[in-house]
Amino acid sequence: MKTKVIGKAAAVLAAAVSMAVFNGCSKGGNEAESLKGTITVITNRTDLVDTDFQNYKKTFEAKFPGAKVEFEAMKDYESDIVIRMQTKEYGDVLMLPDAVSSGDFATYFEPLGTVEELSDKYRPEFLTTKISNGQVYGLAALAKAQGIVYNKRIFREAGITSSPKTPEEFIADLELIKEKTDAIPYYTNYHAGWTLTQWQDHAWGSLTGDPDYHNNKIVRDRTPFDEGKSNYILYKMLWDICNKGLIESDPVTSDWEMSKIYLNEGKIASMLLGSWAVSQIENAGNFPQDVGYMAFPYNIDGVQYASAGSDYCYAINVNSSHKALAKEWIKFMIEESGFAISQGGISLLKSDPMPSNLKEFADVKLIVDNPATEENQDLFDKISNESEVGLYSLEKEKQRIVDSALGKTDESFDDIMADWNRKWSKTADSYSAGK
Amino acid sequence: MFLFVPLLFLFLFTYLPLGDMVRLSFFKWDGISKKKEFIGLKNYIEVFSRPEYFSVLKVSLYYFAGSVIQIALALLLAVIFSKKLKFTNLFKGIIFFPYLINGVAISFIFLYFYKAGGTLDTILVKMGFEQDKLPLWLGDPKIVNISLVFVSVWRYIGQNVVMFNGAIQSIDTQIFEASMIDGASEWQQFKYITFPSIKPIVSLNLILAVKGAINVFEIPYIMTGGASGSATFVTKTIETAFKLKKIGLASSMGVVLLTIIMLVTFVQEWVFKRGEKNGQ
Repeated sequence: MKTKVIGKAAAVLAAAVSMAVFNGCSKGGNEAESLKGTITVITNRTDLVDTDFQNYKKTFEAKFPGAKVEFEAMKDYESDIVIRMQTKEYGDVLMLPDAVSSGDFATYFEPLGTVEELSDKYRPEFLTTKISNGQVYGLAALAKAQGIVYNKRIFREAGITSSPKTPEEFIADLELIKEKTDAIPYYTNYHAGWTLTQWQDHAWGSLTGDPDYHNNKIVRDRTPFDEGKSNYILYKMLWDICNKGLIESDPVTSDWEMSKIYLNEGKIASMLLGSWAVSQIENAGNFPQDVGYMAFPYNIDGVQYASAGSDYCYAINVNSSHKALAKEWIKFMIEESGFAISQGGISLLKSDPMPSNLKEFADVKLIVDNPATEENQDLFDKISNESEVGLYSLEKEKQRIVDSALGKTDESFDDIMADWNRKWSKTADSYSAGK
Repeated sequence: MFLFVPLLFLFLFTYLPLGDMVRLSFFKWDGISKKKEFIGLKNYIEVFSRPEYFSVLKVSLYYFAGSVIQIALALLLAVIFSKKLKFTNLFKGIIFFPYLINGVAISFIFLYFYKAGGTLDTILVKMGFEQDKLPLWLGDPKIVNISLVFVSVWRYIGQNVVMFNGAIQSIDTQIFEASMIDGASEWQQFKYITFPSIKPIVSLNLILAVKGAINVFEIPYIMTGGASGSATFVTKTIETAFKLKKIGLASSMGVVLLTIIMLVTFVQEWVFKRGEKNGQ
């Protein structure tokens, strides 16, 4: 009996060894075999890597026996990953950094399919974010819509029953709040800086309803900050809110972490932030039911629009030796993990429901920016940065608007817009000169 | 042989990056793209021809003025500490302590100190001022730099006191005793004995103050982010490099700053050499 068992074990062992030898010899390997090995996933979510991500890892490893997932989380993701990408070692799966321009995608990443192939299962409007030569190089971990986080209880107490549809209505509502409640009507988060840059996203879809405005139209406009154009309307609203004293008393020392708690508790009535912030603010205090999310108060012929777009996108390192497994991980994260929904984001998967924080967006049309055409490639970032208008990069220019509204500087709102126009047209001219 | 490792580090972490910075200052580069465009001296022309780059140096004047006050105050304290008083070491310790705290921590402490309704306001309200009439210490462009300079003075004064105190203690006590017998007052003692003896240390500190004033960075960067007119040359350089992604232009700003600091150092060397000669 005993010898028999040993004999069996030896046979199994021999078989295993010979298989291992076979595996070692075969180069390509078949489908099942290539789904083994260890993949490194680099992520920006330092907050989730030891909690939610460990659960995803367990489920994934159970689904693909022989596969192992290792995480590497980076706190300062955008700048650290760009440095890592100068080597070949930047994980198997990573979040595609925004700094890489579409012309460089093929150098660094593995194509994931065409929009047509992927749009069977995925929402097509979010597939074009990281596209080059017809190939998709990044799939959004989640997508988000832009709006205003507000405290429902405070709005109710001020007697506001319908959500505002124009900047004037919004400002009138804030004035009501100031008059009837103790809450700060609007909190700028001036000190954090990036929070003011959140306004910029509305200059595209929310105020124009035009998916081409951001990447293809504004770059051909010499004076995009003229009165009546989207950026002017947008920042005039910010200026008016500040000028009418509807903000915190000392913006320079405003505190982002506290602002989330205050909004939850009703000490702040509203803040303009992406939908990603809603779950954070809900969890910041004891009153998650009071936190609401409304679309930007603007309409074009009665239709309200909202800028929407992809968050960081999953991509595969072109140098990876486990590309098939890496693809499975991305597929798993989008289709099975429930990550996007748990973060209050829009899932890329068509069959997933819209997140609950977008309840009030039922009649609002989501506008996702189209990518730049060949001739406008990278033009927006180049003009914006080189002109030093820095629509996304210079928080200081947004603070300048607040400073002007509060009377801390001598310039008027129109002075600032004229200055932006002057800088923008000078740089835009230098780009069109060669063409 | 023993020097090889430190020299290697010095080369690797100081001279190599410096060389790279000088090289980059002649290019137009966004920090990522594989293509760098050689543009010669254009970056330097831009730094010198655009007023907004040099006007921030005006902010440094606040910090320099602060340093002068700081040195005068430190001198006074050092003289007091050199007298036979109780608990002088304890007081010295208390005044020196801020110098040991991390600059980031200090910036955060003072952010809460200056906040509307923060520590300073609370104290002033207790003293009978009205909250509404108090200025925004960091929000008002007329006051912000003075508020920030105060933080810098608070942080660095202890270092000056300890240095001056050490220098005073190295003066021969017999000279003081002799002057006392001659009936010299405290002020006369300071004017004719103490100050001339420690003059080299005072002038060294003044020149270090000039360097410090041009180099100010962490306090305004963390506390205000350069908002409402508190930007300095270094915060401006950081912004140019990492926000606007003009690496070449920022490198040339770095080179300009380096040149200014080197000039100040040469002046310092010259002043000291001259001082030594006079001493002989």
